Amino acid sequence: MNQINNSTLTFQCETGNYHTFCPISCVAWLYQKIEDSFFLVIGTKTCGYFLQNSMGVMIFAEPRYAMAELEEGDISAQINDYEELKRLCTQIKNDRNPSVIVFIGTCTTEIIKMDLEGIAPKLEAEIGIPIVVARANGLDYTFTQGEDTVLASLIQRCPSKDRETEKINKNNSSLFPSLSIFSKNKNESNLSQDKPNLPLVLFGSLPNSLTNQLEHELEKQNIKISGWLPTKNYKELPVIHEGDYVCGVNPYLARTATNLIRRRKCKLISAPFPIGPDGTRAWIEKICSIFNIEPTGLDEREKAVWDSLENYLPLVKGKSVFFMGDNLLELSIARFLIRCGMIVPEIGIPYLHKRYQEAEIKLLEDTCRKMQVPTPLIIEKPDNYEELKRIEQYRPDLVITGMANANPLEARGINTKWSVEFTFAQIHGFSNARDILELVTRSLRRKNYIQQLGWKELVE
Amino acid sequence: MKLAYWMYTGPAHIGTLRIASSFKNVHAIMHAPLGDDYFNVMRSMLERERNYTPVTTSVVDRNVLARGSQEKVIDNIIRKDKEEQPDLILLTPTCTSSILQEDLQNFVEQASLNSTADVLLADVNHYRVNELQACDKTLEQIVRFYIEKGKTNFIRENLKTSLPSINLIGISSLGFHNNHDTREFKKLFNDLNIRINCSLPQGTTVKSLTKLPAAWANIVPYRELGVLTSQYLSKQFGLLSLILLPMGNINFNRFVRNLIYNLKVKNNEIKKITNIKLIKLLNLKWIKKESNKTNLKTKKAIIFGSANHVAALTKLLNKEVGLEIILCGTYCKSDSNWFIEQVQNYCTRILVTENHTIISNEISKLKPDIIFGTQMERHIGKRLGIACGVISSPIHIQNFPLSYKPMIGYEGVKTIMDLLFNTLNLKDRKTSFMLFKDTI
Ligand code: SF4
Repeated sequence: MNQINNSTLTFQCETGNYHTFCPISCVAWLYQKIEDSFFLVIGTKTCGYFLQNSMGVMIFAEPRYAMAELEEGDISAQINDYEELKRLCTQIKNDRNPSVIVFIGTCTTEIIKMDLEGIAPKLEAEIGIPIVVARANGLDYTFTQGEDTVLASLIQRCPSKDRETEKINKNNSSLFPSLSIFSKNKNESNLSQDKPNLPLVLFGSLPNSLTNQLEHELEKQNIKISGWLPTKNYKELPVIHEGDYVCGVNPYLARTATNLIRRRKCKLISAPFPIGPDGTRAWIEKICSIFNIEPTGLDEREKAVWDSLENYLPLVKGKSVFFMGDNLLELSIARFLIRCGMIVPEIGIPYLHKRYQEAEIKLLEDTCRKMQVPTPLIIEKPDNYEELKRIEQYRPDLVITGMANANPLEARGINTKWSVEFTFAQIHGFSNARDILELVTRSLRRKNYIQQLGWKELVE
Repeated sequence: MKLAYWMYTGPAHIGTLRIASSFKNVHAIMHAPLGDDYFNVMRSMLERERNYTPVTTSVVDRNVLARGSQEKVIDNIIRKDKEEQPDLILLTPTCTSSILQEDLQNFVEQASLNSTADVLLADVNHYRVNELQACDKTLEQIVRFYIEKGKTNFIRENLKTSLPSINLIGISSLGFHNNHDTREFKKLFNDLNIRINCSLPQGTTVKSLTKLPAAWANIVPYRELGVLTSQYLSKQFGLLSLILLPMGNINFNRFVRNLIYNLKVKNNEIKKITNIKLIKLLNLKWIKKESNKTNLKTKKAIIFGSANHVAALTKLLNKEVGLEIILCGTYCKSDSNWFIEQVQNYCTRILVTENHTIISNEISKLKPDIIFGTQMERHIGKRLGIACGVISSPIHIQNFPLSYKPMIGYEGVKTIMDLLFNTLNLKDRKTSFMLFKDTI
């Protein structure tokens, strides 16, 4: 293992032969988040089979998602794509009446070059429901990056003027021109409120309880956010002005960040991600520093969280954890675990956008220095076969990996934690640090117990 | 295009992978985008596999799209050959590769020049066949390949086993209660003094396929998988085939009689063993007693699932238990003729469809007392407050029980009876509970 006591990270790249979920899986959490949406995945039986099986019981709850399953005639272009999509969308409109239909492009639509971006606006005008196109396919992206493609496409739908102002202005021009004074007053009254900072929009899909928690943390610092992408409803997408500040809450949203900068001329606050108390604190501090606010009470807040983790920390201290990599959360979780006293020999990660993750990378380095542990080797596009060989050599105390490798590793006496749980568990903010450790220590605790029974390896 | 929420059968490559991963020492390489390896997750999770699933991907990404796979597929095959030393590498096309129209056959030929393993391209078209048909095709393809490869050997040896023996064809990974059924089969054949010459594909090496012709007959319990293989073997070597799922007493009886007759099992000792079992099986008193207890005669049932399991169960529930089958159906469209012929005398209506909303509508219209179906029907039942027992794929982890739950033979009838009574009782208890609640 590369255990050079170096304070900067080493990056390597392998073959990209690793197990992961297809990015279309993002519909599973996004349709729940955006409550008035409908996701239409335009693909094949392969895509449908994946979703059907990976969503588990969700599939039986009449999800607001469906496959537009392409048949042979669609592939050979004997059938008119536009007419077909129109037929399906009309049906969706009649059955569910959503506020937005999100087309998820797949590998097949890429290969046959189906012009979804061209079809959508025409169809939108014809059936009267906004249609957003996101190409979340397995040719280009991995797992959580699916959300990135959807959010990046939603950006162009975010209004650029306040709805109220817009409405009033509209009215102004048509019916009540004299009321322009009123709208001015309203703006002024907005300004005179106690929050002096520029508009700040946060991006990343989190359960509503979590968005509330994070908003609350910022409010404590006197920072009021002006919006959140995505919102609970499509109709409430946040207003984004040129010059607004934006900040991400998840490490896999590089494309969304880029689009906000390029298309909407926003200013990106590059901060570590609010995962773990250390990350949450750094995240808040960074945002405060942008608005010239001296953060208050963070010391005590963070300390209180660490104190509350007292029971868990001895369990993980000095233990090693190996990330095989599949969801792009790896860096942030590793950083938190190192801070908890763990040793991380290697972090596999599907893709690393060094600029978007800049602050997170730096915090990881700082954390290693502070905890006096060697910095992990970071492997982009890992090769599962090679990783397994290294795991066999190193025998880490815990491997964070996908379900394809978890059972076989367990059978070989190596503890695992299924990585996808980190995607669905609540891991953001101060109060959820405990949940991360709950996940991480679960199998460690079980191992302690099982080892008393004398079974280590169960493979023939 | 078709709007779809749920599919009863998976895409073709799942079928191919089920066969590949059933064999020992066969490695499948999918020509697919990153993310299509969900098969590994399913297998690892559902079968609680202790070994790595022998399936890897030769990743199709932007580069491949722009310039073609070029050497990539070949390199990946050769790499796997070195790493795992499998007997056979099966290149598996997916929906993505079928429209790329690369010359995969050519890759296979080039790769096999440099590999110790045999290399084959699975001959399945995503747009023409589904999971089950692909299972059937792939198994036949592999068997044919090894028979032809070993032809010179056994033409010379062309020997049948001295004692009666059979090939058990169609036991595969991710099959519905397959492992339990296999154990039950083994017990049965053991009782009848019949050897299993080869049980495939689960747990067999491809090298042992050359001994297939030595059996006296082929047994194909599941119609969805193995018919093509048995037809091929019959044509080549005149092997008898018995395609029958011995689920329920009637089918089981027929199955055993057929075996005794065709394999000319004459040993009195064996007859005695089976006679005892058959008598026990034919003696339906215990079932009848139970039926009276719960008034089964008046119960109405709907059954839906794979052609095979539904047909067998329909006979069992109608003839032997005395339920009224108001609707029975299957999603195995390609086998609908056989299905209709099998069940037409045992049920009121027959339905062949792959669309779960049609079944859902029928169920809510007909309001049966009990449903037997797949996971989908279980959830439809849940929504409508109708009890449901799962008797066929598609299935979830709870349908891969650790305890012994075969569907075939004598034990199988017990499993099904348990399922029937538990499901019904559960419902009855629930209704009485609800009544009770209402009166408070
Ligand atoms: S990788 Fe491509 S073909 Fe496979 S499920 Fe994802 S989008 Fe569909």
